[in-house]
Amino acid sequence: MKPRVAFFDFTGCEGCQLEVLNFDLEIVDLINVVDIVNFREASSDRSDDYDIAFIEGSMSTPGDVERLQKIRERAKILIALGACSCTGGVNALKNRFSEDENRSIVYGEAANYYKTIPAKATHQIVKVDFSLPGCPPNRLEVIKLIKCLLTGKKFELCPNPVCVECKLAENICAFERGEFCLGPVTRGGCNAVCVSAGRKCWGCRGPVDEANINSQKDLLAKYGLTVNDVLMQFNLFNKNLEVIKP
Amino acid sequence: MSTSVNFEVHHVCRVEGHGNIVVNATNGKIEKVRWEVPESPRMFESMLRGLSYSDVNFIAPRICGICAVAHATASIEAVEAAFNIKLTEQASLVRELLFDAETVTSHILHTYFLVAPDFFGVGSVIPLASTHTDVVLRALRMKKIANNWADMLCGRKTHPISMVAGGFVKWPDVEQLKQLKATLEGPYMKDLEDTVELFKTLKFPDFTRETEYIALYRPNKYSFIGGAIGSNDCKPIPINDYQKVANEFCVPWSTAKFTKHLRDSYQVGALARFNINHDKLHPKAKKVAQTLGLKAPCYNPYFISVAQIVETVHAVENSLMILDKLLTTGIKPEKPEIRVKAGRGVGAVEAPRGILFHDYTFDDNGKLIAANIIIPTNENHNSIQHDFEKMLPEIIHKPQDEIRQAMEMLVRAYDPCISCSTHLLEVEFK
Repeated sequence: MKPRVAFFDFTGCEGCQLEVLNFDLEIVDLINVVDIVNFREASSDRSDDYDIAFIEGSMSTPGDVERLQKIRERAKILIALGACSCTGGVNALKNRFSEDENRSIVYGEAANYYKTIPAKATHQIVKVDFSLPGCPPNRLEVIKLIKCLLTGKKFELCPNPVCVECKLAENICAFERGEFCLGPVTRGGCNAVCVSAGRKCWGCRGPVDEANINSQKDLLAKYGLTVNDVLMQFNLFNKNLEVIKP
Repeated sequence: MSTSVNFEVHHVCRVEGHGNIVVNATNGKIEKVRWEVPESPRMFESMLRGLSYSDVNFIAPRICGICAVAHATASIEAVEAAFNIKLTEQASLVRELLFDAETVTSHILHTYFLVAPDFFGVGSVIPLASTHTDVVLRALRMKKIANNWADMLCGRKTHPISMVAGGFVKWPDVEQLKQLKATLEGPYMKDLEDTVELFKTLKFPDFTRETEYIALYRPNKYSFIGGAIGSNDCKPIPINDYQKVANEFCVPWSTAKFTKHLRDSYQVGALARFNINHDKLHPKAKKVAQTLGLKAPCYNPYFISVAQIVETVHAVENSLMILDKLLTTGIKPEKPEIRVKAGRGVGAVEAPRGILFHDYTFDDNGKLIAANIIIPTNENHNSIQHDFEKMLPEIIHKPQDEIRQAMEMLVRAYDPCISCSTHLLEVEFK
């Protein structure tokens, strides 16, 4: 029997599910090897019987937390898909402020209509079996994980920092162009797409294992940046990890 | 015997984001009909505070995975207005070429993947892969071409990288532009013609409600970026006065805000743009509108999908004109120039789903002090509610499943992108 795969979206932009739809012609191959039983963005067919659950987005309401816990009880394998699910992503940027402040800024006098909580990553609430980081995640990596799960092979994320892929792409270093870049401490696997497109790394794939955070701090300081600037850069996608403290 | 119709559709499918339809009726008397949006709030207007303008431009597209380019463009236009940056012709043309890719990708995704399954009587495009393989393969091809088109111009469609305030940090080369032109003129044009043929065979529900339509307006152009705010009820209004048009208000059953202008509600999106700007469509697009039975003014919201096909033809023709211009002048390696200053700026674009505003205030270091963002899906929530209120009495005698189907299809016609607007669609029969 084909494994049953479900996609669930929580607080986020749904760009991760879109990346899966963007498999293009490969999506036809995918549906030959797995049963997609839950994919609300693209389908009205729904089922509560699934083996593999992909979680997109962060948890930012009490309802989100309850729903995630139920999915964990049903799923054999639970996968965090994308930055919001893996680290809280950009949603966690609001955690710099109190929820009362956020609600009153956005909804004014109607702030009390809505119940919200600080944005949390999936692993902060339930056990996560695999993570596919990135904003958006790399669709080739998503396919690689599905292949590993189907064939029983071990799945590993890219162990190198973005800098390694950036060198392979023969980019001019963003620091040399006067930008400050989180490539030295951020997990690769994205083919350094942002630097290749002429910009810098924002750290959306989270820190690489054993990242040398202190050396990154020194490097950024060398280019005239304050700890607060550095913090703000890490905060953009990784506020919840607290990898770097002032 | 009393007959009651009570249902709630929770998290309506094939829409981007979460929305519910609630209906309670007894003996044909409607007690409640409500469009609810319970999507988790994102708090973008709060979370952007303190970020530098360039990070704001990079993060703001994360409001929506589907219309990331539209958010990026509105965000960048707001920064440019605040810092008084003028674009070069090359930068404006490439920005417009990228925006056309956004319009085309989103319209094809919506019409084929989200709307078409209703007409084939299936829950998604997946079963169509075996029954209507040619249609599905065509949709996938068209989406792939448009995705590659956008990727080539901004590094990645979800989420854009190389488009910045003042222009682009990486420019396409002439060879890439020639290749795009050849693809659009060749295989894409054939697929687009077949799409028009497919849409000729679809029969749309017969429902009309005349309302106010709002879309960007320029006297000489079918505008997707900038201009003034056009309405069928009044003269064009400057973009900076957008708040007088949107008049956002909150309702407890919806985390998305509602809007209204001169009537109870207004509609934005492809049909609103068509109603306001149809005379400025490319002649080929006008012909397609005629072929598909779309005439201005059109008051049937189900025809939003038809207007999307018409706009797809227009956007492709517009892009071919831009490509000809760029291929004549060549691409110069321009560098965007920015002078940061304190100030406020409003950016307005026609996202695939309708008019979108980003309004930012910066301090003199270019850090964001305040943001206000008005999302097209929000503007349409109130229109959906008023359509429900008119439509339900007209169909209340029908079986519950047909009522539900009609209401879900109406919501999908609007192409709601709810994660933006707060912020799915669930219909539950109680």
